[in-house]
This record gives sequence, C-alpha cells and structure tokens, in this order.
Amino acid sequence: MEILSPSSLQEALLAKSETPSAVPMAGGTDLMVELNFDRRRPDAILDLTRVPELNGWERADGVIRLGAGVTYARLVAEIAPELPGLAIAARTVGSPQIRNRGTVGGNLGSASPAGDALPPLLAAGAQVVLASATGSRSMPLTAFITGPKTTSLEPGELITAVSVPVATGPQQFSKIGTRNAMVIAVASFALALHPERQAVTTGIGSAGPRPLMATAAESFLKGVLDEEGLWDTHGPILPAAAIRFGELVADAAQPIDDIRGTIRYRRHALGVLARRTLGWAWGDLRKGSR
Amino acid sequence: MNLHLNVNGREHDAEDVWPGESLLYVLRERLGHPGSKNACEQGECGSCSVYLDGALVCACLVLAAQAEGRAVVTVEGLNEGGDLHPVQQAYLDAGAVQCGFCTPGLVVSTHSLLSRNAEPSDAEIREALAGNLCRCTGYVKIFDAVRLAAMRAQGGG
Repeated sequence: MEILSPSSLQEALLAKSETPSAVPMAGGTDLMVELNFDRRRPDAILDLTRVPELNGWERADGVIRLGAGVTYARLVAEIAPELPGLAIAARTVGSPQIRNRGTVGGNLGSASPAGDALPPLLAAGAQVVLASATGSRSMPLTAFITGPKTTSLEPGELITAVSVPVATGPQQFSKIGTRNAMVIAVASFALALHPERQAVTTGIGSAGPRPLMATAAESFLKGVLDEEGLWDTHGPILPAAAIRFGELVADAAQPIDDIRGTIRYRRHALGVLARRTLGWAWGDLRKGSR
Repeated sequence: MNLHLNVNGREHDAEDVWPGESLLYVLRERLGHPGSKNACEQGECGSCSVYLDGALVCACLVLAAQAEGRAVVTVEGLNEGGDLHPVQQAYLDAGAVQCGFCTPGLVVSTHSLLSRNAEPSDAEIREALAGNLCRCTGYVKIFDAVRLAAMRAQGGG
C-alpha cells in the first residue's frame, strides 16, 4: 500500500489521474474502519487532509461553496446560520471526536443511504462539485448518488466541494436511532421551507437505496399552504394536513428490512419525523426566526 | 515508511511503519505510549481519544501518515510537571475509575470539554462524553468527576 499526500488540489488531481485506484481519505471515519478490520486493502490511499483548497468555504451570490474537507465541527461552528438544516444534521453525527474528523465530502463519497448530511443537502438543493486533472463539473445531489454506496464519480475525479443555497426559510432535520449519539440513522428526514418562492423541499435518509425526495408530500403541503394563504398569514397548519404530509413522506420511502429496523418501522418513523419537523419548521416561521 | 511526529511535546521518529497503520497503533506499539487504549478500532468507544493538532480525535481513525509532522497529545501528556492533571485527580477522588480501561479516553475528552466550557451543564457533559463508552460505572461517578474537576478549576472544592 502506498500513501499519496498531495499538498495542493492540483497535486491531488494529478495523483488521482496517475493512480485512479487510489482511494481518497479525509477524516478516515469510514475508511479507517475498513483498514483496521482488514476488509479493504487499497493499492494506494490519497490523503486529502493537507489540501488547503478543500478545507475552506466561501459565500457568493447566495450560495455557500463548502469545501469537501470541511469537518462537521467547523460546519456547526462557522456556517450554521446560513445552512441550518445541514448544521442540525451535523450536530447529530457520531460524537465530538467524529465531528472533528468527519467531512461532508466524505459523507458524499461514501454515499451510504444513512449519511446524515445527505437529506438536508437534498432538501437544500445542493450541487456536488467534482474535478479531475482535465476539468471540473457539477451536478445535483440526486444525480450524484446513484445507489447504495455508489456515485457518478469517475475514476480520475475527486469531490472538491458542495454548493448549497443559503437558507431563505426554516430548515429542520431529525433522525431515529437507538440513542442520540454514535448512531447510524434507522430513518432520517430533512425539511426546508422556502417562503420567498412558496415551496417545500424534503430529503429522506436511511429508507431507500439512496436519499430520496418526497415530491408528492412537497406538492401536497405547498397546496395546503397556498390554498389557505398560510405563507402570508403564518396561521396554524391543521393536524389533518400534517398527518397527511407524514403519510405521503412515508409513502415516498423505499425502505428495506435490516438489522437496524424493519420496513414497517421505518415508514412509521418517517411519518412521525415528517410531522415533527413540519411542526418545528412552521413554528420557526411563525416566530420569524427565519 | 518512516514517520516523524511530535507526541506530548517531544519529537519522535518511527521507522518501517506499514502505510495502513493507525495513529493509535503507532502510539502504542512503536512509540511506547500505551495510555491510549485499543478497543473497538472503529471510533465507537473513545478509549483512544487524543488531541491531534489540538482537536479531540479517535487515534484509531487517524491514518498514521496523516499525523506526519503534526502534534499529538495523549493522556500521558496531560500531567503537569509529574503531578496528575486536575482532571485526572478528580477521576481518582470521585471514584470514577472501575476497571480503568475507558478512563484515559474519558480523561482526555473531559480535558477537552473543560478547556472549551469551564462550567458545563449536565446536558453538555453528556454531549461531550457521548463518544466515550464505560461498561462498568454507569457514568454517575464519571459525571461527579467532571463536575469536581470543573468546580476545582473555578477555585472551589
């Protein structure tokens, strides 16, 4: 095994093009487990922790360009007001030790259906930015993740950033697990309200081969809010509408039975998470906090 | 592969390191620092908690090569001139040590918490220590130790 330790993005992209089999490593919270347990022996590891271009973020034209190597701890400390849904999810990741190492780029690269950052990124309309020695491209998260732990990343490419529109309304996230910390979500749900364009967007995690949007639930809720003029009045959402929203979210999931939960439990949990996050987000809107 | 890193303020070299080795393995097996414990090797238990360039991390999840040229502080490096660090003393005085295996990791995590938050609430202690598992004590005396260390640092106790 060989360790490649580039100190610039250009060097990293060159190394990836010369050794396409090199496995990128940032915080190591997934890959080190595979090494420690002898599950994987890559020919080469591409250590990205010394690439400064990946370790920053910037705001331009209402979009945060979040470097792939920004840790969850930094995200929470530095960008929570701009990306509230992602920050709520980041606070639920692992433990302080894990949040000091784990990165959003790593979550995207691992592409686990349970990745905590993925539902809020989906709800926020994130674009994944990829680069190779010959150029760069970006694509919506929905196109980037193609299935469980599979992505559109080409062998010579690296994830360099994710572009996330700054929130213009309340965003919420919640996940179900056996305890608060150190848990792989059994089901998770992210919700974003966009009062300026009167839209609702969602992200479902851990209940499908990849993160999913509950589009029928989104349209239903938008219809309720439009019809009753609630975008303007900020009046209460009737319980029946919230319950129906939860049912439509549960219907949009494609869960499987596994060691963490059953199909039935996951659907039930998603209905609860959807209602709960809607209550929180609507409460935030009514309070005018965002 | 050869490595050079600073551990507890001293420069160290390790030779013939297998490139896939974790920082934890290098600390324990090559550099003579067995204080950080090896249990789960997957970041779940926190027994190997150390500082890497000032950030609390699980040493089992750091590729040793990622620590090249960087500064590591282990539980062995917390003592002050040979005396126990107040956090270590508080764990002893509160009886927060049973089998002791998780203690080094908890001590480092507590040290990190109190360096950021001098008067943590119980909820904040719970959150800060969520990545450290103890299978003996039920955490009650561990919480006592954290509160005792915090109180003494504020000049009480």
